[in-house]
Amino acid sequence: MNIVNILEEIEKVDGEIYERINPRRAAMKDFFNMGKKISLAALPLAMGSMFQKAYGQTTPAAVTDVLNFALALEYLEYHFYNHALVAAPNLVPAGAPRTAITTIRDHELAHVNLLKGALAGNARAEITYAMTDFTAGGTFPLVYDDYVTFLKVALGFEDTGVRAYKGQAPALKGNAVLTTALQIHSVEARHASHIRQMLAANGATGLKPWISLGPGGISNDTGVSAVDAVYARENTDVQAGITITGIATGVTKAAAVESFDEFLSKAEVVTIANLFLRTGFKL
Amino acid sequence: MKNLEQEKLDMVLEESSILTASLQRRSFLKYAGAGAAGIALIAAGCKKDRGGNPMTGTTLDFKDDFGVLNYAYALEQLEAAFYIQVASNPPSTFSAAEKLYFQDIQFHEIAHREFFKKALGPAAIGSLEVDFSSINFTDRTSVLGAAKAFEDLGVAAYNGAGVRIKTDAYLVIAGQIVSVEARHAAYVRDLISNGSFADLNDLAASGLGADNAKGLDGALTPDKVLGIAGKYIKTKINVINL
Repeated sequence: MNIVNILEEIEKVDGEIYERINPRRAAMKDFFNMGKKISLAALPLAMGSMFQKAYGQTTPAAVTDVLNFALALEYLEYHFYNHALVAAPNLVPAGAPRTAITTIRDHELAHVNLLKGALAGNARAEITYAMTDFTAGGTFPLVYDDYVTFLKVALGFEDTGVRAYKGQAPALKGNAVLTTALQIHSVEARHASHIRQMLAANGATGLKPWISLGPGGISNDTGVSAVDAVYARENTDVQAGITITGIATGVTKAAAVESFDEFLSKAEVVTIANLFLRTGFKL
Repeated sequence: MKNLEQEKLDMVLEESSILTASLQRRSFLKYAGAGAAGIALIAAGCKKDRGGNPMTGTTLDFKDDFGVLNYAYALEQLEAAFYIQVASNPPSTFSAAEKLYFQDIQFHEIAHREFFKKALGPAAIGSLEVDFSSINFTDRTSVLGAAKAFEDLGVAAYNGAGVRIKTDAYLVIAGQIVSVEARHAAYVRDLISNGSFADLNDLAASGLGADNAKGLDGALTPDKVLGIAGKYIKTKINVINL
């Protein structure tokens, strides 16, 4: 058991771990020196109380679960974009579109590596491209042949990602890992905004960078009914018991719906993610 | 001997960081004071309301969730005021689609502002006085630059404040709002330079706490956010229990 290694691993996700445990650097150094004198048997106890203090009520197991869940989603996103770039060279047009998809792919890979590093020995098994099926069992047969289909699935992934992180936030409450998760979450929202603009430029006229009210008041504003599950409840206009529609002049139902993204539960996200995983590799 | 020297060095490092911290606080207070003095000249005709009086300023007490929600309320007030001005009189070079989307954003920020006001009830701070003198509202570049600054800062603010929230429902609400701000930020950034929607290197260089190698967006503590936003706020904001 190497306490310094453990702290270093945590520091990768939680830059403030040392500050949380003890804001005084000198005292921290004393702790390491002391560690040499503490008997090995007593060390786990000392560690336990240290982390309890640093991370409040959330148990490390719950944090590990959330991070592994996030890691699975990031693997899926990474493979989805990476395969398009390396195996379907004519799919994404050269220039701005290819640059944007490359930027997004690189962020997803960075997220995979960040989460893997943070989880270290607790990281879930790797998800390889071979375990995925981005046609979703034939729902999107042209996902790597037709650019617009590819963008539609991409948007489904990004908007799901945004909603998934949001749903897990309470499990990380008060924990420094929450900040990291939020920093990933808003990057996914930036991706979603851009993919929406790419789709709008490729036939989805009027599709907004933010999730709006679907036609006839439905929750899915993308016009792709196959991804209805991704947009469940996105037509909600009541937040924490407060009705947003009409809260001020000009705030229509559409504006109310647009101003708040909704969350998805873990079970809802798993159902969506499993559409893109082959039998035997589902979450 | 070596240990002693190292310990001395550590102490010096620690003391210097304490010095920096207190200097930062002092310069922020100095700034806030200057803002209050500036407003004093035109404050005579101002409506006095709870906490928003530019003479006495307003206080954000971070001891509980009300402090964090009021902090968000303050930032949403600022954003709403900015977009109301843009949407009502956009730069002449804005396209029809751009005018429409800036109207959308205006209503999103108004909805956020009014949500916090209602959720906070009697605990809400008053209305802030804004200072947009640094923005040229007839100039597209100036307006887009300010919009980018507001949105990127808003994202970093929510990301950095989330860990302070103790109530599940409010934490989820903050998450529901920050992703919409991030969508705005990406849209505005793409208007300035297509493809810069998530330029994390730029966000890091702007001092917002992003990290491109890790794929992380900005995250800033409230004191840093208010230090940056202070340029646009006349009302003196006191921060306690941070």
